[in-house]
Amino acid sequence: MSPESPAHQTKIVPVVSRPLLAATMLCWREIIRFFRQRNRVIGAVGTPLIFWLLFGTGLDRSFQLGDQGFREYFFPGTVVMILLFTSIFASISIIEDRREGFLQSVLVSPISRWSMVLGKVLGGTLIALVQGIVFSLLALFLPGVKTELANWFSIFSLMFVISVALTAMGYVLAWRMDSSQGFHAIMNLVLMPMWLLSGAFFPIPALGENGILHWVMRVNPLTYGVTGIRYLMFGDVNMKTPGVFWVPELATCWIVTALFAAVAIFFAWKVSGSRTTGDLL
Amino acid sequence: MASDLAICVDSLSHHYGQRQALCDVGFEVKRGEIFVFVGPNGGGKTTLFRVLSTLIPLQSGTVSLHGYDLSRQQHLIRALIGVVFQAPSLDRKLTVAENIRLQAALYGLSGTILQTREAELLEQLGLVERADDRVETLSGGLKRRLELAKGMIHHPQLLLLDEPSTALDPGARSDLWEYLYRLRDTQNVTIVLTSHLLEEADRADRLAILNEGSIAALDTPDALRATVGGDSITIQTDKPAELASGVRGKFKIEASILNETVRFEHPDAHTWVTRLVEAFPGEINAITLGKPTLEDVFIAKTGHHFWQAEGTKP
Repeated sequence: MSPESPAHQTKIVPVVSRPLLAATMLCWREIIRFFRQRNRVIGAVGTPLIFWLLFGTGLDRSFQLGDQGFREYFFPGTVVMILLFTSIFASISIIEDRREGFLQSVLVSPISRWSMVLGKVLGGTLIALVQGIVFSLLALFLPGVKTELANWFSIFSLMFVISVALTAMGYVLAWRMDSSQGFHAIMNLVLMPMWLLSGAFFPIPALGENGILHWVMRVNPLTYGVTGIRYLMFGDVNMKTPGVFWVPELATCWIVTALFAAVAIFFAWKVSGSRTTGDLL
Repeated sequence: MASDLAICVDSLSHHYGQRQALCDVGFEVKRGEIFVFVGPNGGGKTTLFRVLSTLIPLQSGTVSLHGYDLSRQQHLIRALIGVVFQAPSLDRKLTVAENIRLQAALYGLSGTILQTREAELLEQLGLVERADDRVETLSGGLKRRLELAKGMIHHPQLLLLDEPSTALDPGARSDLWEYLYRLRDTQNVTIVLTSHLLEEADRADRLAILNEGSIAALDTPDALRATVGGDSITIQTDKPAELASGVRGKFKIEASILNETVRFEHPDAHTWVTRLVEAFPGEINAITLGKPTLEDVFIAKTGHHFWQAEGTKP
């Protein structure tokens, strides 16, 4: 070990903060890490795929909404489930970063908070998006799916916004936790119900049918993501039963999902300013 | 005045809930010096390190690094310091080179500057052959070298290291010190490190003994040893209390009892070995004459043995 080697000696350049470079590299790190941990790939796609195959096949004949069987109805929900699972795994990695000490060196570096949030959220989002896209292409084999390219561009864009929202939300939930066990509790108590009550699994009842369930599902921001994807994939096929089911407009779906993402990002930025005892290894 | 000081700390206190970790600490570190904080675990070293490295916020007191105020100019300080943590801060799933590149991005380095710097650091720290290996496959010593490389990526003028030689074998520890000395000598880097090993503190330009959240002593190793007042005599005996009072009564020497041994310091300590053995026949099991060590300094300043300090009252 010798600090000065005659062969090359870099000249000392002053440290300049380059937030986008830092965010890009942190995002790149997320992606590399994801693909080097194969069980994460399997967990994030495998579980939803099995759900879809089992429920889709099992319930297909007992469920009929408009022209749709359950396999079609359940498909957008499965896409969102993949986005949810992947985003959550990405967020759990903050807890690992903290426990493994990696986060310390980020926290004492001159990069700004938003650069750190951006890198983490964008990394998780891109991982989720790639998996979501690969899975959603299965829809092309389903009856009644729209195949216009513009439509699919919109689907992918909406998936992107949903992933940003979910990853940022997971970030907020994970930031203050010092163990991934705690996160599993959140996952079962918050995230799974949130997904089940998003219209992914069963349609939203009209106000007159079941007031409580209607409102719970209506205030759930994820509802708008699931419904939006369903709209873009199948058109307004399941809008045909007024009085029994409730469905938001497509524009509302976009607006609420975008707001969801913006609010989640804001809180992720906000919470990053706080220190936790977990930083102190 | 402030410009030739790397660190200037005044009346710094820090507490975790009820527990006071640092109590009215003040010191100065000059540029280009190697400064060691030594003390038992739980003495406040790591808390001090966390405050200086901007990991935890300043609670009370003033701290300035290279003239920048820690409470207001955190960003400037973060660009200035290199930090090597006690707990590993490496991403184990990434390779050695990837870890360096990631760290470089945090400090705004990319392109050819990064490439040259990366090659340079890999070579300096003997990591060239392992550059494409994942960190999880490295030995403890190599990981520590990579931590150093990360900390040095942006040519910091001030390097902070928390317990850098923990888990290093003696060879690797000398390598580390060799590297630190050369950093100081060739690039005038100020190096501040914490250690729980007194023999390591001996290698520093100056050191501070941190005990129970306060600085018990601060000077060069030699100056501190000189304060002890001569060589020390340590006597092992079955009845330390009686022997100590015997020594006090017979020779008017202030002998103390530490760890079931009787000890005192005296400028002519060597002449006392035979006198003591003759004066207390059969009572002395063993008698040791020692040059003052930092351990003696620690005992003199705090009144207890270094290893006893841990786990005593908070």
